[in-house]
Amino acid sequence: MIDTITLEVARYRPEQETEPTFERFEVPFNKDWVVLDALNYIKDRLDGSLSYRWSCRMGVCGSCGMMVNGEPKLTCATFLSKYVPGPIRVEPLRYFPVVRDLAVEMTDFMDKLKSVKPWIIRQEERPLSEGEYLQTPVQLDNYKQFSMCINCMICYAACPVYGLDHHFIGPAALALAQRYNMDSRDQGTDERLDLLSQHEGIWGCTFVGECTKACPKNVDPAGAIQQYKLKAATEWFKSFLMPWGRK
Amino acid sequence: MGKRSNEPLVWSLFSSGGVIAAFMIPILLFLFGLAFPLGWIEAPGYEQIMTLVRHPLTRLVLFGLCSLPLFHWAHRFRFTLYDGLQIKHLNELITVFCYGGAVVGTLLAGYILWNIP
Amino acid sequence: MKETHNYTLYHPKWYRERVSTYWWARQWSYFRFILRELSSIFVAYFVVLILFLLHALSQGPESYAAIQEWLRTPFAITLNFISLLFTLFHTITWFNLTPRAMPVRIGGKRLPDWMIAAPNYVAWVVISAIVAWFVIGG
Ligand code: SF4
Ligand code: FES
Repeated sequence: MIDTITLEVARYRPEQETEPTFERFEVPFNKDWVVLDALNYIKDRLDGSLSYRWSCRMGVCGSCGMMVNGEPKLTCATFLSKYVPGPIRVEPLRYFPVVRDLAVEMTDFMDKLKSVKPWIIRQEERPLSEGEYLQTPVQLDNYKQFSMCINCMICYAACPVYGLDHHFIGPAALALAQRYNMDSRDQGTDERLDLLSQHEGIWGCTFVGECTKACPKNVDPAGAIQQYKLKAATEWFKSFLMPWGRK
Repeated sequence: MGKRSNEPLVWSLFSSGGVIAAFMIPILLFLFGLAFPLGWIEAPGYEQIMTLVRHPLTRLVLFGLCSLPLFHWAHRFRFTLYDGLQIKHLNELITVFCYGGAVVGTLLAGYILWNIP
Repeated sequence: MKETHNYTLYHPKWYRERVSTYWWARQWSYFRFILRELSSIFVAYFVVLILFLLHALSQGPESYAAIQEWLRTPFAITLNFISLLFTLFHTITWFNLTPRAMPVRIGGKRLPDWMIAAPNYVAWVVISAIVAWFVIGG
């Protein structure tokens, strides 16, 4: 059994360096500790200036995503014991601009989420007096998997297509669009189609499949995108064969 | 909004080509590329093959087998060049080369199959 | 995206890493992906080979014998062997990804992936047998 483990933590302090560097910290090894615990130990005892994001430390808030030994992980759900004897390399999420140390800039992601209109769109709202929109368990099950996303951006850090082209809408946002498209209460599929059927939408995806492997919530964005491609292609042929069918 | 593209069409061709390639190519490549030349299985004679190829249904299958997998190649290769080599600025050229190649191959396949005596 | 956010104006400078041209060589799973994509080259090669075979056939027995002769050269054997490996890789990855793209739901439950992939393999064996039967015996 070892007593300590070394963390190589990426530091980037824009006022003093132009490129990130690594700093080594030795932290006590505890088999119940996750990488986030080790970072908290560093912040509390070794260097209070270390910057990173976290909140729930139970895999719900989605703010603690970082690269751990080159793989995007929720640091609150990644145990130190997996990396014994170390060292463990902790870096900010890949493909995003770094603001400071382990914190990345996420405006791009936020804008993309918003751009797919992730809310229920109704052609006409029903008056309150007519009651709620009912949904059967089967209808719920249709999109439930895609609704589990916690916006941790881990899938973006796993996706080379996003890394290469920041215009690509990307896994989580596309899965989220699909989540609403498949919701029986939603009528916004057509409204979302224009954005989603651009090259930067679903067609930019080459089904690398890494997003699905990396997702801590089992959302399967890659699957969502392929399913949507199939649907969009079918629609395309339909509108081609029956031009009068679509508005 | 942005351009509504031909992506659905080329993607459909890519997919159907992928399916045909997955099901048919390994066995044919095994027979004609390895088993027959190496004598593991006795190769069919000229006349025997010709009887098979002359059948309209075989020609149809062969046409599909040549054309669609070429579109499969075109699509994947286009994205590989596009992402793998990061040469997006050559986008137009790549598109013409890939899908153009597939179209030429398709025409060629049609011509050859049509002219089999 | 185009919207500018006022607060980002006052940010200190960000660090943006450029993605290396060799990004696919840096991670095994990316490399595997590139191999899968490159299998398409061998698919295209196969089509070219078939076109040459068909062309030779239509030219008569002599040209067909000539191309068979070429197929026996070590170069052709090696090329075809490598192509076979790549096309097999294509087949396997293709079948295994099918459940992702086409999930099947029965009674509201999503069928396990293998149940969707397995019929593909069965069909593959059957189709291969039929093709072989036609080519060898037909
Ligand atoms: S899809 Fe998964 S990996 Fe991507 S942001 Fe949502 S929870 Fe995170
Ligand atoms: S701290 Fe909330 S998900 Fe990790």
